[in-house]
Amino acid sequence: MTWYRLRQTIKLGAKSLWMHRLRSTLTALGIIFGVCSVIAMLAIGEGASQEAQDQIARLGSRNVIIKTIKPPEEERADVQGARLQEYGLTYADAEQFKHTIPDIQVVVPQRRLMQEAWYLNRKVAIEVIGTIPWYTEIAPVDIRQGRFLESADLKYRQKVCIIDEEIFNKLFLFDDPLGADVKISGDFYRVIGIVSKVESASENGASEADSSGQIGGVAGNVYIPLTTAKQRFGEINLQIGTSGQNMEKVELQQITIQVKKTEHVLPTVEILNNLLSRSHKKKDYQIVVPLELLRQAAQTKKIFSIVLGSIAAISLLVGGIGIMNIMLATVSERTREIGIRRALGAKRRDIIFQFLSETVMLTMAGGLLGIVLGSLIPFLVTHFASMPTIVTGSSLILSFGISAAIGVTFGIYPAYRAAHMDPIESLRHE
Amino acid sequence: MAIVKIEKLSKNYQMGRLNVAALRDVNLTFEEGQYIAIMGPSGSGKSTLLNLLGCLDRPTGGCYYLGKDDVAQMEDDELSMIRGQRIGFIFQSYNLIAQLNVIENIEVPMYYQGISARKSAERAKELAELVGLGDRIDHRPSELSGGQQQRVAIARALANDPLILLADEPTGNLDTKSGGEILHLLDDLNNQGKTLIVVTHDAQVAKRAEMVIHLLDGTVERIERNSKGN
Repeated sequence: MTWYRLRQTIKLGAKSLWMHRLRSTLTALGIIFGVCSVIAMLAIGEGASQEAQDQIARLGSRNVIIKTIKPPEEERADVQGARLQEYGLTYADAEQFKHTIPDIQVVVPQRRLMQEAWYLNRKVAIEVIGTIPWYTEIAPVDIRQGRFLESADLKYRQKVCIIDEEIFNKLFLFDDPLGADVKISGDFYRVIGIVSKVESASENGASEADSSGQIGGVAGNVYIPLTTAKQRFGEINLQIGTSGQNMEKVELQQITIQVKKTEHVLPTVEILNNLLSRSHKKKDYQIVVPLELLRQAAQTKKIFSIVLGSIAAISLLVGGIGIMNIMLATVSERTREIGIRRALGAKRRDIIFQFLSETVMLTMAGGLLGIVLGSLIPFLVTHFASMPTIVTGSSLILSFGISAAIGVTFGIYPAYRAAHMDPIESLRHE
Repeated sequence: MAIVKIEKLSKNYQMGRLNVAALRDVNLTFEEGQYIAIMGPSGSGKSTLLNLLGCLDRPTGGCYYLGKDDVAQMEDDELSMIRGQRIGFIFQSYNLIAQLNVIENIEVPMYYQGISARKSAERAKELAELVGLGDRIDHRPSELSGGQQQRVAIARALANDPLILLADEPTGNLDTKSGGEILHLLDDLNNQGKTLIVVTHDAQVAKRAEMVIHLLDGTVERIERNSKGN
């Protein structure tokens, strides 16, 4: 097959497709919509799972998060009058983790309290996080100005704080915050740094399951030394409700552990379960494993892709069958032409090539149009439904390849039929 | 020199449980440059002989030398090659391809022989001029009269300079005037040395041939020889 003949065949195919424009278009529609749906579905699926995975990844894949939760039996045993409920993670737990679990990189205990922060006459709802300098290891906080906590701050129980950008915007506007004093719960804390806002899912999860049971809607985080937090806020939280006063004693709201390698995560979780079930009589803790969530998300994505892929594949199959149907009709309509060509020296493979190339051209044109439409739909979905979508290059190549393959698969039988017609019969065909 | 040599050629068809002999032991020899007419009533084996001569079908028995080679039992692909290279077909109903214009129709046989685009376009134009359609090269068959369409078909038949021109009732669909013109054109081609085999039932057409073969019941009934130039 020379280049010239290939070009002639393509020219001829394009010509006869163009002669039957309406029929060609209707035939290609099956492929256009098939390819379009493959791309759009994969883009939406990819976007959704990417969002979920990003959220989880922000928790850190090498982290294990242990949260304090209010044990359910305590809530039921709610009696009249003042009483003290003592539960949750303790400093002793944190120490124990540090000393008994191998492969540990860092243990970061956190006290988390809902408070209000004041600067001059401006006020903002915040979550105070009392923690240690290694907090930056376990959460994606970027220091924008100043510095984060240091050991000395903890040692001397300094009244210093690091605010995130959101709070900076709300409280300070144009003032220089470094060195300014922010009032939280009656005490003044000197601002020593500004960090990026952490929008990790742990904050969202924590605010629901948080032991302090405070109202949500905080603007951002304020980080203070853990020791200062213990000294200034104490460990007893007083709640005044209709049933009287309720006191809760919680030492730590959260302990985040980071292990050295991701493969250490699961063994560590096992050890943690062991340790905690022994030291805690009540189930007043919850272990969150971001890595496990990530795996689940990946699994979900896989299932999602398979389901969407099969639906799209079925629509492509239907399109392919439509094409075969039309090509069979075309072949019988052009029986006489086939007879003429055979009489004038066309070999069977010349006829096969002619009809096959016509089908492949049709499906590839349909595939290209489908790619254009299919890339447009995710864009519209993102724009109007504000759902994230990702059109991957591989999905474009995949669907184009599939449409070409459909052309070959569903074109081969009609072409074969055309090539094996008896030339004498074909010439007589009206 | 014998250009077509047929020995004991026979063709049987299976029709249900009946084995029908369409041709029985036909022996014929045509020389280069001859003008041959094949005549006979319907059912005499005319069409069968035409299909065999045109390599569109394979005989049940016997030999068929076209040029030097016995083409009787060749494979399908080889027969396609032989048809393209050595036979020029002229049909009663012209059999032009409707989507293609005059030039492109003439080019079809050359295309299957792998002749380059430039050469085949040149040759097609020459042939269109030869048959008197030099001014209509970009017309579609539907824009031409019957006589003109048959001229295109003749030009197409000449494209690969075949050994024989095989015409099946070439004037069957034409009025007397344009039919006469076509016959005149065929005469000219024969005078230039082309071997011409015409299948017809029209005695006026057969009169022009130097050899008329009368078929009856699948055998050669008689061979009539006219002096050339009649």
